[in-house]
Amino acid sequence: MRLGFFLRESWRALRRNAAPSLAAAATVLITTLVLGVFIPVVRAATSKTNEVRNKIEIEVFIEPDASKAEIEELGNQIREIDHVKSIQFVSKDQAKQLLQKRVGEDILENVPPNFALPPSYRIKLDNPANIDQVKAALQPVGADGKPHLVNPIIQRNNGIKDREDETAKILSATRTIKIVLATLAGLLILASILLVANTIRLSIFARRREVEVMRLVGATNWFVRWPFVIEGLLVGFLGGVGAVFLLWFAKVTIVDPLSDSLALVAAPETINFRVLAVVLLVAAMVVSAIGSGITLRRFLRI
Amino acid sequence: MAATDEIADQAAQNVPQAGAALVPEPDPSAVVQLQDVTVVYPGGNVGLDGVSMSIGRGEWVFLVGPTGCGKSTFMRLLLRELEPSRGRVLVAGRDIGELPRKRVPKLRRNMGVVFQDYKLLPNRTVYDNVAYALQVIGGSKDNIRRKVPEILRLVGLSTKLHSYPDELSGGEQQRVSLARAFVNHPPLLLADEPTGNLDPNTSIGIMQLLYRMNQTGTTLIVASHDHDMVDRMRRRVIELEEGRVVRDERAAGYRV
Repeated sequence: MRLGFFLRESWRALRRNAAPSLAAAATVLITTLVLGVFIPVVRAATSKTNEVRNKIEIEVFIEPDASKAEIEELGNQIREIDHVKSIQFVSKDQAKQLLQKRVGEDILENVPPNFALPPSYRIKLDNPANIDQVKAALQPVGADGKPHLVNPIIQRNNGIKDREDETAKILSATRTIKIVLATLAGLLILASILLVANTIRLSIFARRREVEVMRLVGATNWFVRWPFVIEGLLVGFLGGVGAVFLLWFAKVTIVDPLSDSLALVAAPETINFRVLAVVLLVAAMVVSAIGSGITLRRFLRI
Repeated sequence: MAATDEIADQAAQNVPQAGAALVPEPDPSAVVQLQDVTVVYPGGNVGLDGVSMSIGRGEWVFLVGPTGCGKSTFMRLLLRELEPSRGRVLVAGRDIGELPRKRVPKLRRNMGVVFQDYKLLPNRTVYDNVAYALQVIGGSKDNIRRKVPEILRLVGLSTKLHSYPDELSGGEQQRVSLARAFVNHPPLLLADEPTGNLDPNTSIGIMQLLYRMNQTGTTLIVASHDHDMVDRMRRRVIELEEGRVVRDERAAGYRV
C-alpha cells in the first residue's frame, strides 16, 4: 500500500511539473546518447591497440647444429618462465619461407644455395609490458655477476631478439592511447553525472517549499524522499529508453550497412548492443535516482 | 459580531490555570515549558533571551509583540527547527533538545501548525492537502476517507474538496491549513499570525474555528498582531520584547 502511495505521488509530481521533468529527461537522453556512441568507439580503439600490442614477441635463435632433443629441452625451459603465454618453433625451412614472404621472391635467387637461417623459438607474452622480465629469465645472472644464457644452444651473439625499437615504440604509443581514452571516458562520465545531477537539482529546487511543508507536517525524511527517488528513476528511464532507441536506430540505419562493406566497423570486440543498452539504461536510472535522493539532503536537514 | 461576543463570554468563564509562569523547575502538568531559554542566531542576533514560561493543558495563549521580538523564534523552537543556545524546551514534559533527529517528525505529528502564508502544497487539491497529514502518519485509506471530509465540513469547505489552493481565497486557504493542522487532533496547535493576511470578518471566522479546537482540549499558542482578536478573546497574553518576556497576564488584552 505504501509503495502504491509513493508511486502515485511520483506520478502526480511528474504530471504537475511536466516542464522541469522533461528537461531532466532530455538531459539524461543526450548524455546517455553521447556515452552510447563513445563507449563502443573506446572499446573498438582499445581492442585495436591490444591487437597491436599482442604482436610483440621475443625471438630466441638457436645454433644450427643443435639436436632435436636439445631444442625440445630448450622449449620446455622457456615454457616454464613466468609471463610466457605461448611459444612457437620456427625451423630452418620455415625461417627461409618467412623471410621470402617478407622481402619478396627475387632476393633469394641471389643467395648461395647453402645459405641457412637459424631455427628459432618465437615467444608470446601474457602482457607485453613484461618483456624485460622474460628476457632476463632467458639469461639469468650467474655467480660472477654476468648474465649467462639459460641454455648453451642459444646463439651467443644476438641470440635473444625482441626488435627493441619497435617494441618500445608500440608499448609507449599504445600506452598513451589507452591513457588518453581512459581519461576522456572518465571525464565524459563525470560530466554526464554532474549534468544530470544538476538538472535534477534545479527541478527539485523549484519544489523546496513543498519539501519544507511536508517536513512541518511531520513527514519523515524517507517519506519525503521516496517519491522523488522514484521520480528520478522514471525520468532516467524515460531519457534512457529514448537514447537507447536512437542508438538502435542509428545502428540499424547507419552502422550495420557500413559494417557489411567495411571490416573496420565490425571490429571483433565492439561491445554487444544488448549489453550496451542495458548498461546505459540502468546507469541513467541509477544516476537520476541517486541524484534526486542526494539533492534532497540539503532540504531535509532541518 | 454576535458570534464573537458569545465566544468572548465563554472565554471569560474559562478560568485560567493556576501555576507560576516564570519558574524554571519542571512542571509535569505543562504542555509546553521553557526553562531559561536563550537563542542566539549565527551572526549574533538574539532571538530569545533567558525566557521561561509554562503553558498548561488546554490553555489558549496569545504571543504578542513587535516584529523581531522573538515570536517566530519561539514557534521554530517548538517545532525543533531551531535548538536553543542555552536552556531547555520541554514539550509534554520531555526535553525536545535531547530528541534524536529521527524522532523530530514524530514530535511534529503531535502539533498542528498554521502559518500566515498558509503553506499549502500547491500541487494538491484541498482534499489531498489535508489527507497528506494523515498519510504522513500512516493513516489507513478508510480512516482518511472518513476524517478528511469530516474536518473539511467543520471548517466549512465541503464544497471545495477538489479545488487547488490557488483557486481559493486567503480565508479559505487558511481554513484548509487549519483543517490540515487539526485533522489528527493534536494536543498542541501553533498558529503564527493566522489572521495576518486576512480581513477582519474573515479573521473572525478563523478565530471561531480556533475557539472550537481549543474547546476540544487542544492547547493553543497563537502569535498575533491582531489587536481586535486578542482584545476580544481575553485570553492569556505573553508579550515579548527584544527576546524577553515583558508581560504574562491572564485574560488580558493586546495592550496593558
